Amino acid sequence: MITKFQVAYKNLLRKRIRSLLTLIGIALSAWVLVSLLGFNHGYETALNKDIDNMGFQLMMMAKGCPYEAATMMLKGGTGLKYMKESVVNDVAKEPEVEKTTPILMAAVFDPNKGESGGVAGYFGIEPKSFSQMKTFLKFKQGGWFTDENAYEAVMGYEAAELEQREVGDKTLIPEKNIEFKVVGILERTGTQDDGTIFIPLRTAQKVFGRPDEITTLGIKVKKGVDSTRLENKLSKLPDVQIVSLAEVKQTIMKLISTAKVMVLSIAIIAILIAMVGVINTILMSVHERFQEIGILKTIGAMPWDIFKLIWIETLILCTIGGVLGVGLALILSRVTGMVIRYVLPYAPIGGLVLIDLKLVLITIAVVLCIGLLSGLYPAWKAGRIRPLEAIRSNIG
Amino acid sequence: MSGNVISIEAINLTKVYFRGSEEIPAVNDVSLQINKGDFISIIGPSGSGKTTLVNLLGCLDNPTSGELSLAGRSIFNKGKRLSERDLTKIRRETFGYIFQNFYLIPTLTVMENVMLPLTFYRKPGTENEAVKLLQLLGMEHRKKHLPGQISGGEMQRVAIARAMVNMPEILLADEPTGNLDTKRSVEILKVLQELNRNIGLTVIMVTHNQELAQYAHRMFEMRDGQIYQIGNK
Repeated sequence: MITKFQVAYKNLLRKRIRSLLTLIGIALSAWVLVSLLGFNHGYETALNKDIDNMGFQLMMMAKGCPYEAATMMLKGGTGLKYMKESVVNDVAKEPEVEKTTPILMAAVFDPNKGESGGVAGYFGIEPKSFSQMKTFLKFKQGGWFTDENAYEAVMGYEAAELEQREVGDKTLIPEKNIEFKVVGILERTGTQDDGTIFIPLRTAQKVFGRPDEITTLGIKVKKGVDSTRLENKLSKLPDVQIVSLAEVKQTIMKLISTAKVMVLSIAIIAILIAMVGVINTILMSVHERFQEIGILKTIGAMPWDIFKLIWIETLILCTIGGVLGVGLALILSRVTGMVIRYVLPYAPIGGLVLIDLKLVLITIAVVLCIGLLSGLYPAWKAGRIRPLEAIRSNIG
Repeated sequence: MSGNVISIEAINLTKVYFRGSEEIPAVNDVSLQINKGDFISIIGPSGSGKTTLVNLLGCLDNPTSGELSLAGRSIFNKGKRLSERDLTKIRRETFGYIFQNFYLIPTLTVMENVMLPLTFYRKPGTENEAVKLLQLLGMEHRKKHLPGQISGGEMQRVAIARAMVNMPEILLADEPTGNLDTKRSVEILKVLQELNRNIGLTVIMVTHNQELAQYAHRMFEMRDGQIYQIGNK
């Protein structure tokens, strides 16, 4: 017994190049589609991770552009503004606040960083409150500073790698020419902390000439508390602004949505092109087999049988194309992520294109639906071929 | 070997084609009775209407007027037209067809081609007919070959096996030897003759070749859409 599937499959092998080209078209559109969905999913996950890894939900900063402030926290940067350290006490008094951690950020130009120099980020911190916020920080070597006034540094994993430092080594702050002793090296976290050098807050204030000043106050809100109310209260304090990381996330997602619309448009166009390709291939194939289809009807095939036969051909093309496209997307997701990272103004750390089983299934289902829709007209046309007309014709 | 059971009966069967306002009667008032186990041949020049008649007899087309019944069952009468679906149902239960251009599926093997009708319909009581038929037609050794790898005569044998796989009552052969040389044509005619003799298959054959027409029990000639019996064995 030969099945309809075998008949359809063998027919696709008849014009191998044409079937292959159609398949490539479907695979490419599936690739674009799953990568887009993966980006949608991956970017948000990575951004959430970035924000969660900050360890606090609110940041207090000196008045200025909130976006600049947010970007500074996420990416590091220059043009810092300062506020009085005394604000810590005002904030800690609020009943909604669980913990706070003051930070003095400093960015110093390091001529030895990279090929033409780069900005090295220093964070003056209080180890106790800082590590309580960032519970995921673990030491590869050593530990926190011995004293709050010590000239000691804890290096992020990448910062230590870059400068080839180990515990016990000295590190020099460029411009200031002050030596610090490396007392700890952190394990890789996959966050901005990997490239940062941490020094005691008091020492930082002295070295960078900012006594009793900080750039940022990280605020962890108590669980179940309405942070909007706290935000409103804190924003009444003079010369400071409150940046909610949830808002930062929303703002970044809004900025990214433009890029997403662009990519989605491309994906839709790719799918439409693939759809036209499928229709064309199957229609051509039906046209070429006009007589054959007529003969199938003389040997007992009902219109619905012919319809199914042609539909199965579409189904085979779309299934293989969809699986190939998804496979390609999975293999190349890192490359796609790198390209997106290059194009976008801000991209969080971590995989930007996250393709999970759900996305794979959704994409294959979409490709199949589109394929079946594309096959509808050719299959209907084939089903209507009358055997007599087919036998009389000279096509084929 | 004609029996007394009527296989096909056509009464005043007419098929008119229209070219613009001009009426062309391809089959004109043909009445014909074919018994079970009959082997008839229809000859005639091109355009005489022989293929149109066979198409009407084989339920490939609706007549313009007239009546047609198969084994006493009325198929067309009083201008009733059947849908393509109904025609297909009748065809697959009653007929097997072979044509001048064998119409084998090039991507399927000989065996797969023969079994193809079973993909769509299996007549109750038919089992392993494909293997038996290929043996009967001397094509078993070619069963794994593709149509492109066998000769024209062999292709027509495969087409016969395909037409016979659901054990039809009537085999319609429209110019079955039109693409074959004399030797192969005689071979095919002998195959049809054997099927007619051995299993009582009713055969209706259209041919240009008067010599090959002699293999039938009864010979008819079509002229200007009308039929005349010209020979009887």
